[in-house]
Amino acid sequence: MLKTKDLLGIKELSGEEINLILDTAAGFKDVLGRDIKKVPTLRGKTAVNLFFEPSTRTRTSFELAAKRLSTDVINFSVPTSSVVKGESLIDTALTVQALGADLIIIRHSSAGVPHFLSKNLRASIINAGDGTNEHPTQALLDAFTIKEKKGGIEGLTVAIVGDIAHSRVAKSNIYCLTKLGAKVRLIGPPTLIPKQIEEMPVAVFHSMEEGLKGVDILIMLRIQMERQGKGFFPSIEEYSKNWGITSERLAHAQRDVLVMHPGPMNRGIEITSEIADGPRSVILEQVTNGIAVRMAVMYLLAGVRRS
Amino acid sequence: MKILIKNGHIIDPSQGLDGMGDIFIENGKIKEINMKRKAHDAKRKELLKSSVRTIDAGGLFVMPGLIDMHVHLREPGFEYKETIKTGTGAAVHGGFTTVCCMPNTYPVHDNASVTEFIIRRAAEEGSCTVLPIGAITKGQKGEELAEMGTMVKEGCIAFSDDGSPVMNSLIMRRALEYSRTFEVPIISHCEDITLTDGGVVNEGLMSVTLGLKGIPAESEEIMIYRDIALAELTGARLHVAHVSTEGSVQLIRDAKNRGVRVTAETCPHYFSLTEDAVSGYDTNAKVNPPLRTDIDRQAIKEGLRDGTIDVIATDHAPHHADEKLREFDMAPSGISGLETALGLSLGLVHEGVLTLKELIEKMSLRPARILGLDDKGLKVGSVADIVIVDLNREWKVDPGEFVSKGRNTPFNGWILKGMAAVTISKGRIYEQ
Amino acid sequence: MPKELMNEHDIKRALTRIAHEIIEKNRGTKDLCLVGIQRGGVHLAKRLAAEIKAIGEKDIPVGSLDIALYRDDLTIRKEQPVIRRTEVPFEVTDLKIILVDDVLFTGRSIRAAMDAIMDLGRPASIQLTVLIDRGHRELPIKADFIGKNIPTALSEVVEVQLREEVGRDRVVLKKAKKGA
Repeated sequence: MLKTKDLLGIKELSGEEINLILDTAAGFKDVLGRDIKKVPTLRGKTAVNLFFEPSTRTRTSFELAAKRLSTDVINFSVPTSSVVKGESLIDTALTVQALGADLIIIRHSSAGVPHFLSKNLRASIINAGDGTNEHPTQALLDAFTIKEKKGGIEGLTVAIVGDIAHSRVAKSNIYCLTKLGAKVRLIGPPTLIPKQIEEMPVAVFHSMEEGLKGVDILIMLRIQMERQGKGFFPSIEEYSKNWGITSERLAHAQRDVLVMHPGPMNRGIEITSEIADGPRSVILEQVTNGIAVRMAVMYLLAGVRRS
Repeated sequence: MKILIKNGHIIDPSQGLDGMGDIFIENGKIKEINMKRKAHDAKRKELLKSSVRTIDAGGLFVMPGLIDMHVHLREPGFEYKETIKTGTGAAVHGGFTTVCCMPNTYPVHDNASVTEFIIRRAAEEGSCTVLPIGAITKGQKGEELAEMGTMVKEGCIAFSDDGSPVMNSLIMRRALEYSRTFEVPIISHCEDITLTDGGVVNEGLMSVTLGLKGIPAESEEIMIYRDIALAELTGARLHVAHVSTEGSVQLIRDAKNRGVRVTAETCPHYFSLTEDAVSGYDTNAKVNPPLRTDIDRQAIKEGLRDGTIDVIATDHAPHHADEKLREFDMAPSGISGLETALGLSLGLVHEGVLTLKELIEKMSLRPARILGLDDKGLKVGSVADIVIVDLNREWKVDPGEFVSKGRNTPFNGWILKGMAAVTISKGRIYEQ
Repeated sequence: MPKELMNEHDIKRALTRIAHEIIEKNRGTKDLCLVGIQRGGVHLAKRLAAEIKAIGEKDIPVGSLDIALYRDDLTIRKEQPVIRRTEVPFEVTDLKIILVDDVLFTGRSIRAAMDAIMDLGRPASIQLTVLIDRGHRELPIKADFIGKNIPTALSEVVEVQLREEVGRDRVVLKKAKKGA
């Protein structure tokens, strides 16, 4: 059983809890392989996707996961809601609770919003991304993918490449992989890697060729076009030339390296089509595993007695 | 009203007083100070007979009333957060008999009619003396100087654009030069807004872990460096508001050693808390400048101890509960500090960082000197602004009990040792 | 002091008898398969498959079924059930399923198991085998093949210990622990 009623971040999870989620996800992956991809486990429960930031893929993944558990799903995305009319966050949250939500999946541009909801609502809160803080289910599905393909995570060398400073996926992955015993490397320009991250158990590289030596798993992060023109790097082209993954660069890593990406990809910028579609890529499996992992999280939070 | 404070330990370093004695107050002024010497008992009998109200200060310290150089009273314009009435009520509750209110009201206090308004409202409803601080620039926009002369005439004792820095160095230079006409200090909110860049907490491990945008220490230090250089250039009186970092303390220490006319203040939260207080995204710990690291905290204490930092002020910044009950990024910065300041500051005395006399300097005597107030202190003829302090009484911080409308404090639940038992402002008694 | 209801030999004899009964009732092993309910039922199903083979009949397929996701008491139980593997590596449609569990009590686990099986396909029939039937049914569920009928009090606990899990075969009757 998970210790708290919410999944706010990997920071708050112990290694045991992470493994419980991953083992449970394995059981749910079976369900996804059947003809009838549905179980009645959370029948009668209501899940609300409360997305203050646009996202089709993550929202759809949670929606499918909820439906596979027979949960009723409501999608509440900001542009179509009263938040635009000036309703406060607390009022939106209480309204959603009054609608009978058992699970609230929240994505917001401000860090700490899931924690705020957790303090003020009875429902179980699942963080689907809060500002530059965390995106825990992404890290869990990444860990699940690695474990499935490699048999385990301990001792593996994992490199995360890209805009670490602004990436909640990077942060959650750093916490998750280090808790499971992997060796984590960060690769990117100094402007995109915060100084203080060296106080975490990670190794920082600014050169791809150096950083990829002996790497078992490569996680490529999306470079956001909006970062251009703010002084983080001179141009997307220069970024791509220095930190994009190409077949030549990939040769520095282990022969059986896995290439992962949380999506959506900028083909030709941080990753070439050759690699994205190639034999080392597990990017599409990450998507499938995402549903199983999210089912596991929902089951562990809502499929249990809460006093 | 004739009041006798008897049996207290009277302590005022500016008057050389440190011993048992009585104080007699008449018509809002100190009439007699009767220290325990030869003719003491006879004199006391005489005073007892004529007093209307006697306060037994046995076991307590009788000190000059505290002066807070940095308070946001929010009136005019933001009365939902605080009013002059509730703010000064909170002040006397915390042991303060004089507060200086910052100009970031609505409208901004950048002209004499707002000065007049504040002084009038304080006379009507204030529990203690209110000395207004006017804006340096019109609208606090940092572009044109406000009419310092007319504001001083109406009652302003200093100028500041607090809440914002004066980013334009030329304007800051002119402001410092011009202020010399009136011999008033310019109180600088030192922050390079471009470096702050929307940050909400200290830039450090905490900001990375929590995913919140960080404000580097350098944002404060760069402006302190600039303002000290301009103060040196112009010969004006610079007072640095809310110092929070080790680097800032060092810059001020060096400037003082060079003989620059700079004074500095810090706030209780900078020597009581670190950036760890923000964990869990507690908006009550969101303040500008932000709470820093433990190294900075120790440097602030050392700066107080060695005299680099002259004053402890509260930067009392009350906000409505609704405003703090939201996304961390969007919540306004500020701590409601008038009612916890003395308790937290006495902690420094209990710790041995400051003696009680030094604390009185930081919280009463030095502010009076910096602001040019000469009718303070425990001497015959002064205004009866006195605080009677129980040094050892333990109490629990409960914002529900605050007189201030602002309940935004990160000290909720803390047990503090020491408090103001009785505050007398202009001869009026305020008891706990 | 827990009371021993069946020892190692009793269990072996019961399983041998049940194996014969299954074959007799179904007139052979055509279209038969065994599906054990996690965890006790899975071990028993595998043993029954071995018994059936030993009698000289064919190999019949064996699967394991996790019913946690189909339980009706998820938000009432104090402990959240662990999700185990469901491995039914054959098509169940048109097969005669022998569902195997260790103890038959309220019947709710069997109800959940039947729902789980229906989501896998459309079996020709489902027959229920249990080692122990302890009474106190709350649903209209009946076992077709029973190792032993044991009347019990609601406050008692029937525990089937199997060598695959704890190293020995035994069925014991215990007084209920507080808060069970």
